Amino acid sequence: MKEKMNKSEAARRVFLRKLVRAALSGAALVGASTLLGRKTMAAAKSFPTPDYDWTKHQWGYGIDATRCIGCLRCVEACKIENGVSLDAHHFRTWVERYVYLEGEEHARVDSQSDPQNIAASGSEKVYRFDNRYEGKKVTKAFFVPKMCNHCENPSCVQVCPTGATYRTKDGVVLIDHEYCIGCQYCVQACPYGARFFNYEQRVTDKCTWCYHRITKGLKPACVEVCPVNARIFGDLNDPDSDISRFIRDNRVQVLKPSMGNHPNCYYVGIDKEVV
Amino acid sequence: MEGLFHTMSYTGYVYPNETVIPWTILIVVYPYMTGLVAGAFTVSSMYHVFGIQKYKPVARFALLTALCFMLFVPAPLLLHLGHPERAFNAMITPHLTSAFAMFGFFAAFYIILVSLESWFAFRVDNVARSKSPNRLKRFFYRALTLWSDDVSERARAFDHKWLFVLAIIGIPGAHGLHGYVGFVFGSLKAREWWGSDLMPVIFLFSAVISGVALLIVLYVVVSKVRRTPIDQDCLRGLAQTLWGFLMFGVLIEVVELANLFYKNLEGIELIRTFIEGPLFFSYIVLQFGIGAALPILILTVMMFSGTRGTPFVVGTFASATLALVSVFMMRWNVVIGGQEISKTMKGLLSYNLEIWGPEGLMAAIGVLVAPLILLWIMTRLFPPWEPTKQPVS
Repeated sequence: MKEKMNKSEAARRVFLRKLVRAALSGAALVGASTLLGRKTMAAAKSFPTPDYDWTKHQWGYGIDATRCIGCLRCVEACKIENGVSLDAHHFRTWVERYVYLEGEEHARVDSQSDPQNIAASGSEKVYRFDNRYEGKKVTKAFFVPKMCNHCENPSCVQVCPTGATYRTKDGVVLIDHEYCIGCQYCVQACPYGARFFNYEQRVTDKCTWCYHRITKGLKPACVEVCPVNARIFGDLNDPDSDISRFIRDNRVQVLKPSMGNHPNCYYVGIDKEVV
Repeated sequence: MEGLFHTMSYTGYVYPNETVIPWTILIVVYPYMTGLVAGAFTVSSMYHVFGIQKYKPVARFALLTALCFMLFVPAPLLLHLGHPERAFNAMITPHLTSAFAMFGFFAAFYIILVSLESWFAFRVDNVARSKSPNRLKRFFYRALTLWSDDVSERARAFDHKWLFVLAIIGIPGAHGLHGYVGFVFGSLKAREWWGSDLMPVIFLFSAVISGVALLIVLYVVVSKVRRTPIDQDCLRGLAQTLWGFLMFGVLIEVVELANLFYKNLEGIELIRTFIEGPLFFSYIVLQFGIGAALPILILTVMMFSGTRGTPFVVGTFASATLALVSVFMMRWNVVIGGQEISKTMKGLLSYNLEIWGPEGLMAAIGVLVAPLILLWIMTRLFPPWEPTKQPVS
């Protein structure tokens, strides 16, 4: 009886040893292939522009709300340039309208995706603010363009479980669409509502400051088309750049400073009601 | 693009991107399931670690319940992901600043732990079953025992030692896993309704409530189906645990709410409007009223008057069912409620529950029913019940 037991025990040990060995080699194989896979992927996807040096720049963005006329050409340009879904629920940039009517304490707020504005334009693909305040006594009104703030301390990057979203050395928050698992934790974490889910690619999406353009020395599409220079973009490392001068010459603000995200979109001319 | 996403209706001003909900009913089911796991495991540990004998009749069943639900915890997450085939990216290159990066590891660790614990808990039984005359059965159970049929005193002592150690590790394991889920929500500063230090504690209390309640419901149902008497001491113990944790759970949630209103931060008016309006039924009526206050009342009356026998079983069963609804509504009110309050603090959204589709009601029901089916199969393969004993009363 004892001998039999020992025999079965010995066989079991051999079996267990084989099991452990198989598991270890399997794990090693998976590990090696992933490391190799990551390396080749990183090499292929380094930059949209081959000879661009991301250590030489620090990008920043300015918004002069006193200049914005709410024409929404920026929204249109962004959608076309970046292939953003042409509906009323996905925007890399949008414009808010704040209107104080006589006798009212709080501003009335809407954006181009408001159903009334869509009804006025006739299509979700055409952006327009309607004339709903015609004939009303408006005491104060202004437009506020919004977008990803490319924060120095971005909540979205903090919560991403895979590291698919990251901050580049030149200060832009990007998403690796090949690596994003589409959990949308970052969508929840962004205090500014700048992120959305790209249902075609099934990954998270947002403004990149047109990284494919700025690394070639061009301006982001929204800045390029703004007819009144309400959107300012440039290199914070260059003291003579548009953005450095904008920050130096104005008393600038950022959105929701209490969040501690340290946004890199600097605003002029916004109001206590701006969210 | 049409039909790929479902939009939310809203009042006031919300950011344009907020009109599509990021986390749907599946993310309600996910913390609900981890909570059931933690709660069921707690009951099992009361016997296996703390040696409370009255929980013995359900201790192994509780362990199987925890295992079956835990095996399905990744399901709602995988169904929700845009790229489920990339899910392992989070484990291959975990981004350590993310509150969610470690979930895969914790979940895997916990599944292994509960499996091991179950293995030890059922080993002696499996050895007995491996003597079956049926060849297939014999092979199945012999393979499960790893071809060891040692049931000597020494071997049993060894099993018990490991059962004890694994159950001890499992207590912080199960509660850590669930408290961690609370942290995933509580650490998000962008949402006023979520960003709270009390969130992990609230999640933990509700986890124990839901797990104990589930065991009460299953124990009563299974006993009726098997036509076996319900162990009154055991049921009383479970009812007392439910009673106590319900009281604590409600208290902490009230403290949390009081804190929110007392701090009176910007946007509190919107939250007030939300609770008094769209959230009133699911929050005040279902979660607090029918789901928590009513079972507390029933249990208090029964404990006070010393109710026994069938009325006690019925009262406890009803209380447990209500508590299960309450905890589900708590998850709903946190996950869905949090997303219905716009980050602008100037508008409220309203989630339209889809019926079909990967993130719809049917998928959620499927995910919740699947562990019960697995549990039924498991109890057939590994009967967890102790030999029937005569009812006390």
